[in-house]
Amino acid sequence: MRAYTPKDDVQKRAYYTDRYYVSPQVPKSPVESDEVFNADLEAIKAKFEVLDAYIQVEQMVVFIKPEDNYKVLELMRDELEYTQLSELSAIDFLAQRGGFEIFYQMLSMNKRKRIRVKMFIENGASVNSVEKLFRSADWSEREMFDMFGIEANGHPFMKRILMPYDWQGFPLLKTYPLQGDEFAAWYEVDKIFGKEARDVIGPELRDTAKVDRYDSERFARLGHEVPKGTKITGNEPKNEQNYQEDGGVFLIKKFDKKDSVVIDDPQR
Amino acid sequence: MAQHKVNYTQDGGLPVALTSIDKIVNWGRSNSIWALTYGLACCGIEMMASGASRYDFDRFGTIFRASPRQADVMIVAGTLTKKHAEFIKRLYDQMTEPRWVISMGSCANTGGMFNTYATVQGVDRIIPVDLYLPGCAPRPETLQYGVMLLQKKIRANHASRAQKAKRLM
Repeated sequence: MRAYTPKDDVQKRAYYTDRYYVSPQVPKSPVESDEVFNADLEAIKAKFEVLDAYIQVEQMVVFIKPEDNYKVLELMRDELEYTQLSELSAIDFLAQRGGFEIFYQMLSMNKRKRIRVKMFIENGASVNSVEKLFRSADWSEREMFDMFGIEANGHPFMKRILMPYDWQGFPLLKTYPLQGDEFAAWYEVDKIFGKEARDVIGPELRDTAKVDRYDSERFARLGHEVPKGTKITGNEPKNEQNYQEDGGVFLIKKFDKKDSVVIDDPQR
Repeated sequence: MAQHKVNYTQDGGLPVALTSIDKIVNWGRSNSIWALTYGLACCGIEMMASGASRYDFDRFGTIFRASPRQADVMIVAGTLTKKHAEFIKRLYDQMTEPRWVISMGSCANTGGMFNTYATVQGVDRIIPVDLYLPGCAPRPETLQYGVMLLQKKIRANHASRAQKAKRLM
């Protein structure tokens, strides 16, 4: 077994840093600049604690406390006319802040406005399910669990949705390697053939730079195929492959290129 | 009333062709390659185009079947995810011998552009493959050519001898 090297600090470790680089910021404007949003924010503030709020790219972003999420979304749906939950998911901030940011993207068709409700949860914490408010949250919360491992309390079927049920690891975490960990690399072999088959089948070939021009087993030039296992040095004369044997095929008329007619006129 | 006439005396005899068991069996096998419908991704669209009227697989005896028990060749057309790997093995095991597998396109050959945790890096890690078709996606002509090469491969077999079953391990 290959030794596992921890990749917990990949977010902190910079691959290359430009000394004079200034990361681009999307400009924020105060909520008071939009009267519809301002009224919405006042309605939320009257009942719940709002940690931060601003307008970014014509959408209001509201930070709330994680325990209020069900009530806030209920208020927005029933009283503020935000009747659609377009999307919800999480963002991995484990390395920077030790937790996840969860967002709910809300849409009001009447007001023609969008609000993004955000909240921060610690690593290992769970959230309240909003599936009873919005049916669209059903699969979104399952996907959030599948990809980040964040459970939604009160969800009717809290299981993985994209990955297999017996999968280990949460693929959208920043610490999850793109090409998979030890478990992912051997998943199908272990499941179908058993762990003993690892030696027979061998590790995955994941080197994208590996090019073997003379690999006769897999990639021969089209029309110049060779049988499996043929040793190719690269100096052989090109020898076009026919799909019929020289002697012809039983009961089938031999195709002769010379007898074929090429139709030049498309309007024939 | 049909106005045709059978000339029994032409070509010096009766309408009888003499051949060997090998050839007649291989003739039958190679000209009725029933393929299992296995479109997994965009290659499946090209596979459907091969079956439709413009390229017309049927004239070669390649008819798509929806059941592995009626199929001779499995055309793996598309990306095989790790979640799906067990099902392709199960379907392959249900096909009757002799059976063949065409791996169609880069994804089925090697995983292709999906060098990620969720993709099987080549369908030959699960089932034995007879023919690899390059391309992303291969054109219907390529698939047609691949099937004709497979016909040639089948004809090279000795049908009267016991066939060694293909196993990955």
